[in-house]
Amino acid sequence: MIRDRSIGSRLWRFAVWAIVGLFLLNLLGVIASVIVNSFATRWLGTWLPAGFTANWYADAWKGFQLQDVVLVTFEIAFTVVVISALLGVTTAYALARRDFPGKRMVILVFLLPLLVPPLTYGIPLATLLYQLGLGSTFWGVVLVNLVPSVPFVVLVMIPFIEQIDPRIEAAARVFGASTTSLFARILFPLLIPGLLAALLLVLVRTLAMFELTFLVAGPSTQTLVVALYYSVFASGVRAGQSIDAMAVIYMITTLVWLVLALQFVSPTQIVARAKQPSQH
Amino acid sequence: MTSLSHAGVVGRLSLRRRLAVAGIDGTTLLLLPGLIVIFALFVYPFLFGLYDSLVPKEGAWYANYQKFFSDPFEYNTIWATLWLAVPVTIVNLLLAIPVAFRVRLMRRQRLLTTILVLPVTLGTVLVAEGLLNFLGPQGWFNRVLLTAHMIHAPLRLTNNYWGVFASLVITGFPFSFLLTLSYVTGIDPAIEQSAATLGAKAWQRFVRIFLPLLVPGLAVTFCLSFVQAFSVFPSAVLLGAPAGPTRVISIAAYHAAFEQYDHSMGAAIAMIMAAVQLVVVAVVLGLRQLFYRGSASGTKG
Repeated sequence: MIRDRSIGSRLWRFAVWAIVGLFLLNLLGVIASVIVNSFATRWLGTWLPAGFTANWYADAWKGFQLQDVVLVTFEIAFTVVVISALLGVTTAYALARRDFPGKRMVILVFLLPLLVPPLTYGIPLATLLYQLGLGSTFWGVVLVNLVPSVPFVVLVMIPFIEQIDPRIEAAARVFGASTTSLFARILFPLLIPGLLAALLLVLVRTLAMFELTFLVAGPSTQTLVVALYYSVFASGVRAGQSIDAMAVIYMITTLVWLVLALQFVSPTQIVARAKQPSQH
Repeated sequence: MTSLSHAGVVGRLSLRRRLAVAGIDGTTLLLLPGLIVIFALFVYPFLFGLYDSLVPKEGAWYANYQKFFSDPFEYNTIWATLWLAVPVTIVNLLLAIPVAFRVRLMRRQRLLTTILVLPVTLGTVLVAEGLLNFLGPQGWFNRVLLTAHMIHAPLRLTNNYWGVFASLVITGFPFSFLLTLSYVTGIDPAIEQSAATLGAKAWQRFVRIFLPLLVPGLAVTFCLSFVQAFSVFPSAVLLGAPAGPTRVISIAAYHAAFEQYDHSMGAAIAMIMAAVQLVVVAVVLGLRQLFYRGSASGTKG
């Protein structure tokens, strides 16, 4: 490592850390203000609320019918995870193991949904789903969420599968393993770490996916983040603390899975790995 | 490269064997389920949107586009969106580069990167709700500035341009930073060390060594950050002035498709949105071609 001890360099270092510090302070302030407000009795024109209470959680839970919303959210998210795992892993296996004409085009097709704003394909897709009678249904919401999820699993899994030596599979074949037992007893155990990471990230992304779900969801198929949007949009109808209690519930449901996912991947990979598959 | 004799052998094989030589066999077919789903849910809807936009409710095939580009309330949404997305992307990138260069030298990056990944995963709706509290006239941000006597009256930071700007920095800066960090750490430190040994100062090392190696990565980071900022939707509604200066193009598209129930017009605006974004990405990637392309690892050759 190179150590530069001149005044200019020290000032520069100080400036950079000051920016990081300020950013973190504001970020934590934003999150903390939501949490504090959700416990506040009355909070007008002071640094901290007049008193603290946990009643807003009961209020939000009943008022927004969160029991149903949370249940629907997880049903949708887990369905998306299971389907995108099945489709994504088989596709990634083919892409990792075979070179065929047009492979670059196929990879591009899987890359595009992650590169264009969701609304550009979301609006025509939602129109189609409504015409098919799938709008505001459970399966409609699942289908729109598959668009970013399947490519994400594919792009995360390709390098994981490439790491597995094909000779291991060949050896299993020599000893008479069928395709099913090859997948179940050789590939699957080797892929578990990568698979868990990919699926947990898909889960987090689906829980937080606003735009696409918003276009298709109906009153009984809202996920938490869409319900949160509507309640902020109509703020004034219910107490702000109640909305923030709901925001905290949303935060917890997402962060639990994020923390789990971070056991398998580094934070940099959440952003980076899916975005630069061409380097693998 | 297939030699003649090889081609002769291949010619005598069955179709199945010939396909296998080209890399198409049972394993390749595993591709199909995923590919079919993406074609049905992404490629086809996109083409349908293009078609739908050319079949307006009334008028000639280009009526939707004509309507959009003749109404300032509609076409100004393009400028409103660019006026948010371009400055935000530049600010995020300019902040991300020096920070990534510092953090690259840190041993324990994990805590910092974990905190920074929070806003990316929590999403814009939650950040918008938090910022409404935090930046509001009674919020902590104004309160700190008032207490420090830096301002005399609370700044108006919500329900206008700056609210949306702040939300895009809060979610966009960590995104740009994490992406830049992954590129910066991909550069072999030995390259910098040899430059330093040869007497290059910190600024020279950055401009002459790192920057050329980083340009491709920065171009990609710029594009991905820009896409995120350009598709701003929930925070522009919740934190901005959705009828005024932050009426971004996604609001116009949503409004046409789901509030006026004119899906043809909505599809047209979605296509315009995709086209504008494509132009910006093409310009950035075109500029990148002017710079060095090559290996960022320190091995010979």
